[in-house]
Amino acid sequence: MGNAISIVGLRKSFGRTQALDGLDLRVPVGEVRGFLGPNGAGKSTTVRVLLGLLHADAGEVRLLDGDPWQDAASLHRRLAYVPGDVSLWPNLSGGEVIDLLGRLRGGLDQRRRKDLIDRFDLDPRKKGRTYSKGNRQKVAIVAALASNVDLLLLDEPTSGLDPLMEANFQEAIQEERAQGRTVLLSSHILAEVEALCDKVSIIRNGRTVESGTLAELRHLTRTSIVAELAGPPNGLAKLADVHDLKVDGNRVRFDVETRSLDDALRQLTSVGVRSLVSQPPTLEELFLRHYAEKSEEAGK
Amino acid sequence: MTATLSGIDKPVAARAHSLVGTWHLTRLALRRDRVILPIWIVLLSIVPASTVSTYAQFYPTAASRASLAAGAAANPSFALLYGPALDLGTAGGFIAWRMGGLLALLIGLMTVFTVTRHTRAEEDSGRAELLASTVVGRYAALTSAVALSAGASLLIGVIQVVTLIGAKLPAAGALAFGAGIALAGLVFTAVAAVAVQLAGYSRTANGIGTAVVGVAFLLRGAGDSTSDAHWLSWLSPLGWPQQLRPFAGERWWVLVLPVAATLVIGAVGYALLPRRDFGVGLIPPRPGPAEAAPSLRSPFALAWRLQRGPLLGWVIGLAVGGAVFGSIASGITGLVGQTEQTKEIFERLGGTDAIVDAFLSTMVGLFAMLASLYGIQATLRMRTEETAVRLEPLLATRVGRLRWAGSHLVFAFLGTALLVLVGGVLLGLTNGLRAGDVGASVGHLLPAVLVQVPAAWVVIGLSTLIFGLLPKFTGASWAVGALALLISLFGPVVNAPQAVLDVSPFQHPPKLPGQEFTATPLVWLLVVAAAALAAGLAGWRRRDVG
Repeated sequence: MGNAISIVGLRKSFGRTQALDGLDLRVPVGEVRGFLGPNGAGKSTTVRVLLGLLHADAGEVRLLDGDPWQDAASLHRRLAYVPGDVSLWPNLSGGEVIDLLGRLRGGLDQRRRKDLIDRFDLDPRKKGRTYSKGNRQKVAIVAALASNVDLLLLDEPTSGLDPLMEANFQEAIQEERAQGRTVLLSSHILAEVEALCDKVSIIRNGRTVESGTLAELRHLTRTSIVAELAGPPNGLAKLADVHDLKVDGNRVRFDVETRSLDDALRQLTSVGVRSLVSQPPTLEELFLRHYAEKSEEAGK
Repeated sequence: MTATLSGIDKPVAARAHSLVGTWHLTRLALRRDRVILPIWIVLLSIVPASTVSTYAQFYPTAASRASLAAGAAANPSFALLYGPALDLGTAGGFIAWRMGGLLALLIGLMTVFTVTRHTRAEEDSGRAELLASTVVGRYAALTSAVALSAGASLLIGVIQVVTLIGAKLPAAGALAFGAGIALAGLVFTAVAAVAVQLAGYSRTANGIGTAVVGVAFLLRGAGDSTSDAHWLSWLSPLGWPQQLRPFAGERWWVLVLPVAATLVIGAVGYALLPRRDFGVGLIPPRPGPAEAAPSLRSPFALAWRLQRGPLLGWVIGLAVGGAVFGSIASGITGLVGQTEQTKEIFERLGGTDAIVDAFLSTMVGLFAMLASLYGIQATLRMRTEETAVRLEPLLATRVGRLRWAGSHLVFAFLGTALLVLVGGVLLGLTNGLRAGDVGASVGHLLPAVLVQVPAAWVVIGLSTLIFGLLPKFTGASWAVGALALLISLFGPVVNAPQAVLDVSPFQHPPKLPGQEFTATPLVWLLVVAAAALAAGLAGWRRRDVG
């Protein structure tokens, strides 16, 4: 199985702003990939290059074995796109927009259309301007998911959806995954990413900084340890990967890089452990760390 | 003491609070309108006084003035278009006739657009919501919009009075003239204040407002052009400025009508405001179909949905214009008078020996210029779709860029041709009805219509070029259109050098009917239009979207 998306060394600048600076991204067919990064990292720019809306300055971009710029129209028959900020034609009803986009894409599944409209509790008779933000988003989601396509490009698709609709969205994407569709999901909702994505890619300043499964990413980060020891700790402070060490008599509390967990535990057991609590990093911590490095870098 | 004071203050304070922030909003509105409003004010206020010298130039003698009056009286179309000619023997009377009705109409449009722009349009955009959440009273937005619109109207009136007196016209007449126009502005400000409460969207509010202006124009026109229904024009706010009889024995009591109408209609607007929700009009929005019609399946079908409204409006506008000017055409000889000087000026405007043919030719040329403005509007719709990010989901389907652009450009190019045709055919039709030979008259004008179309296409081609190559400057298309119009309309009058006149594409088509037909300039116009279109589309294919 090949790659649905293959990007190597993609560069794109707008005037003096370097939006993408050598971005790499490979998404195999059938994978649901989370696409994460702080605001302004270049996620939407990447999606727009994939859609052939922006011309890449440099780098190689392949989409469904085609060139997204040259073969835009024929490739678009096989993909559907949900933007993060949906703008609808004021005098067209939601139902009309769904049908129009579906037909322009090459047809849509009427049963699935009806099912999705029910599931998202969307009134298709309202005119574009009367929809709320969340409902405009639903129109685009229904239009995209009701089409029979190979690839879904979702750019923060659930911004503005309520938690119930968010759950319905996750369910719908699970079904897409079961059908073998490839999904690129840009999102800031970490629970959504955790529930849906096989792998995630994190980008920062227009470059990919991390790619892998969530388990792999977790492995790259720190575990928090709180322990009650038999005596005062010794040697912990000397370990390079131990951070934020606090010692209070026989109690210790510290963070340790996952790769040095063995060493740290050996130090503890050499003193004798009375109780031990270890906490894997939460997703939030994981991403905050990746995102925050941006400002550290900028500070340098 | 304190208790008494606060007791007195309470209702006053409550009322004042509903206006809190009006001054800030007015300043914001002034800043946002710092270009558009001065343009309106200058255009509407200096035109009357600048016509004084034209009158002296065109109608120097008592005989020529009598011939003008006879011509105007002989043709009811003039009364329909301009209003009753009360006294054409003085410059003031002439201005009140030729400018009074027209300026009242324009100031009506200005106020409708201004009030809507600062009320419903702001609500539609979501900006007003942000402001409404700050310390801003319920009536502040409406009041600031009304203040701005009324202030501009009054300023226009004052400048008119001052400049007319400066042009040595009688002070009483100047005052009546300026007051009539300014008060028409106030009446339509009040009308707009009601329209923005009724309509669901700013576009609808503008539609209701302009429809009222249009009905007022028709009422006045019908009342003034028929002998047994004069009372109709008394119903129209556009009739009042002329019922004031500026420069023709002023009837001051008529001022009561616009003042009363403003207060009553304005009060209705303020009374309706608290009865509607923010962002929603009193007219409930109608739901649309749950499923699209089978025909809505191509970019062209979508472009038709988006473009048909404006196109229909323009078709009606040019049809009415063609019909009215066609019915005037045969009377034009009487109006222009017998002096050599006036004939000469008219010929310089683009005509030939036959004065009626010259008039018809000028009118068709004017229609082509107006139609090119529609063409620009239709072309710029592409940029609107692009910046409103409605284009991206479309281009994410298998619709290619050229196919999408083509679906809109069909309206720009063919729609413009259709408009010139509609204007020209109705011009020929009503002219033929008065002259007694419809077929010959229409047939006479068709070639004139066809030769004007390539000139309009050059403007649209350039507009496409800007869209394709300089998308951030698509507004410059209006400058291109305006430049072509100004050169062709005023260039010949001010004896501009040929090199300047040649810049406008509308100078190049042969002036049919009347002149010899020559194909060469038309071929060149088509080549320029096609080259600009091709370059624009090539740029559009290569550039980034957004």
